[in-house]
Amino acid sequence: MTPPTSTAVGGTPIGAGKHPTEFALYIEDLTVKFGGFTAVDKLNLYVDRNELRVVIGPNGAGKTTLLDLICGRTKATSGSIRFKDIELTGMSEHRIVRAGVGRKFQTPSIYETLSVRENLEVSFPRGRSVFGAIAFRRTPDVIERVEQVAEEIFLSEMLDRSAELLSHGQKQWLEIGMLLMQEPELMMLDEPVAGMSMSEREKTAELLNRISRGRSVIVIEHDMEFVKHIAHKVTVLHQGKVLAEGPMDKVQADPRVVEVYLGH
Amino acid sequence: MNSVYRNVIGGREGAIGIAVLAALIFVIFPLVLDVFRLNLVGKYLSYAFVAIGLVMCWGYGGILSLGQGVFFGIGGYCMAMFLKLEASTLEATKIQSTPGIPDFMDWNQITELPWMWVPFKSFLFTVLAVPLIPALLAFIIGVAMFKRRVGDVYFAIVTQAIALILSVLIIGQQGLTGGVNGITDLKTLLGWDIRTDSARFTLYFVNAGLLFGCVLLGRFLLSSKLGKLLMAMRDKEERVRFSGYDVASFKVFVFCLAAMFSAIGGAMFTLQVGFMSPSFVGIVPSIEMIIYAAVGGRLSLLGAIYGTLLVNFGKSYFSETFPQLWLFLMGGLFIAVVMAFPNGLAGLYASYVRPRFFKSRAKADAALTSDAKVIA
Repeated sequence: MTPPTSTAVGGTPIGAGKHPTEFALYIEDLTVKFGGFTAVDKLNLYVDRNELRVVIGPNGAGKTTLLDLICGRTKATSGSIRFKDIELTGMSEHRIVRAGVGRKFQTPSIYETLSVRENLEVSFPRGRSVFGAIAFRRTPDVIERVEQVAEEIFLSEMLDRSAELLSHGQKQWLEIGMLLMQEPELMMLDEPVAGMSMSEREKTAELLNRISRGRSVIVIEHDMEFVKHIAHKVTVLHQGKVLAEGPMDKVQADPRVVEVYLGH
Repeated sequence: MNSVYRNVIGGREGAIGIAVLAALIFVIFPLVLDVFRLNLVGKYLSYAFVAIGLVMCWGYGGILSLGQGVFFGIGGYCMAMFLKLEASTLEATKIQSTPGIPDFMDWNQITELPWMWVPFKSFLFTVLAVPLIPALLAFIIGVAMFKRRVGDVYFAIVTQAIALILSVLIIGQQGLTGGVNGITDLKTLLGWDIRTDSARFTLYFVNAGLLFGCVLLGRFLLSSKLGKLLMAMRDKEERVRFSGYDVASFKVFVFCLAAMFSAIGGAMFTLQVGFMSPSFVGIVPSIEMIIYAAVGGRLSLLGAIYGTLLVNFGKSYFSETFPQLWLFLMGGLFIAVVMAFPNGLAGLYASYVRPRFFKSRAKADAALTSDAKVIA
């Protein structure tokens, strides 16, 4: 297998000297077509463990589609997505989740009729079959984990409230917490700070930095200040292709990136 | 034991709710009503099985099935086939050209018991077939639909089509099913005459006991994580899927459960009323059953029983007094429920009765959404 050749800003190809299989997630030649439209076009992407990668790009660049492809919501036309050396293309969504991939949606997607505690409990990775769910009990380890995660997402005080009554930002955190319950090795967050206040943003940045330890995180974000704050590396997508990749300051200085995206 | 009390019974308020309904059904009705009226209530309560099945699969699971009559009917027909065979002794049918087979078969020039009737000579087979055949059918429909993510309105239309198909099939296959008349003239169950007053009295209690059994089973399931997942799926199916659950398998399960509940009701209907006909299988009865659950409150198992009783009392009163108006009233009732009190009687209870009697629970409600208050 040839080493990855994504165009990196600053000369050296990303991941040079590293065999693709050593990455937690490696995506090669990924293509998806909707009718005649190619939303993602021969895309290559490599994400390391302990890495927080931010994907940016203009509207319609294929960012959300990319996440949809990884988590199985959209089926790839061709190409390969390998995570921990398991081929994810063709697997059903719940199996991809069980393989360790967590996904947060763009609009907060939580269970409004359940309490915060129940939201987290339901996300605990045990009793996932029908009869497993019937036999599931609130054992001490579940309670402990729920409280631990609630603490992390700043919702310790809210555990017994209906999730519907949370503020928008708190709902975003809750969904991140629901992912954390699953202890995924790859977390994908689609615009996690959309609609958040400044102080909530800061807390979220801190949260994301904390949770990227021991796993890989992919974040889609538009807010450049926030991206600077959290990103280890940035990938710029444009028309379904990787336009540039590298540290934030270098990407920002890239004239092509300025032209298609940042210049606006 | 404590957790059983809290989860299955639903704590003090839940226990009182069950006790009130149990007192009504097991004590007050048998004391106040004559056997004829009691038998009528027993018939209504056999519909309540369908209504509580709908609470599980529609209220909680979000699966609107407009074809529950199919499962009610199959359960009823299974029981009717057994009873009919028992009634068709050589002695009783000796004037037929082929003695020993059900009379309607003889009228249709059938000379041998059809193969699908043969196993229904066994009582054990019948008792197993009543819940299991409808569950198997529900399983097949469920797998075919839910694995392909057919949902919502499309699913409702498919179930309605199935109800229509089955009723047309039953009417068309006269020699096999008794056609539009159904299976009538049922006499005894294992030699016990079910037409007597004492038998009707006993069957009423058996029926009510089974109904409470189903309610408790439903409460147990809803109090488990399965119940939370059903509600979660109803609101955010994608989220559940991306929490690692196979959403389709949960839908198949709850749909099968509702089918089994309905079928038990159908079998009890046959025993109490003494016949089964295609008029309980098709689209109209299936939709009436939705109304029972909606009026009672689609999130409340006990509410569904009250809803069933209320609508049926109304139906027999109004259809005797103003026969032409009944259908309009029923339609109006359904519209009123949807527009004015979407959580049915149970919703009215949560807003008006509970605050007076259960202050602590009412206080806890403040942190809950309107749906969460009505639950169970």
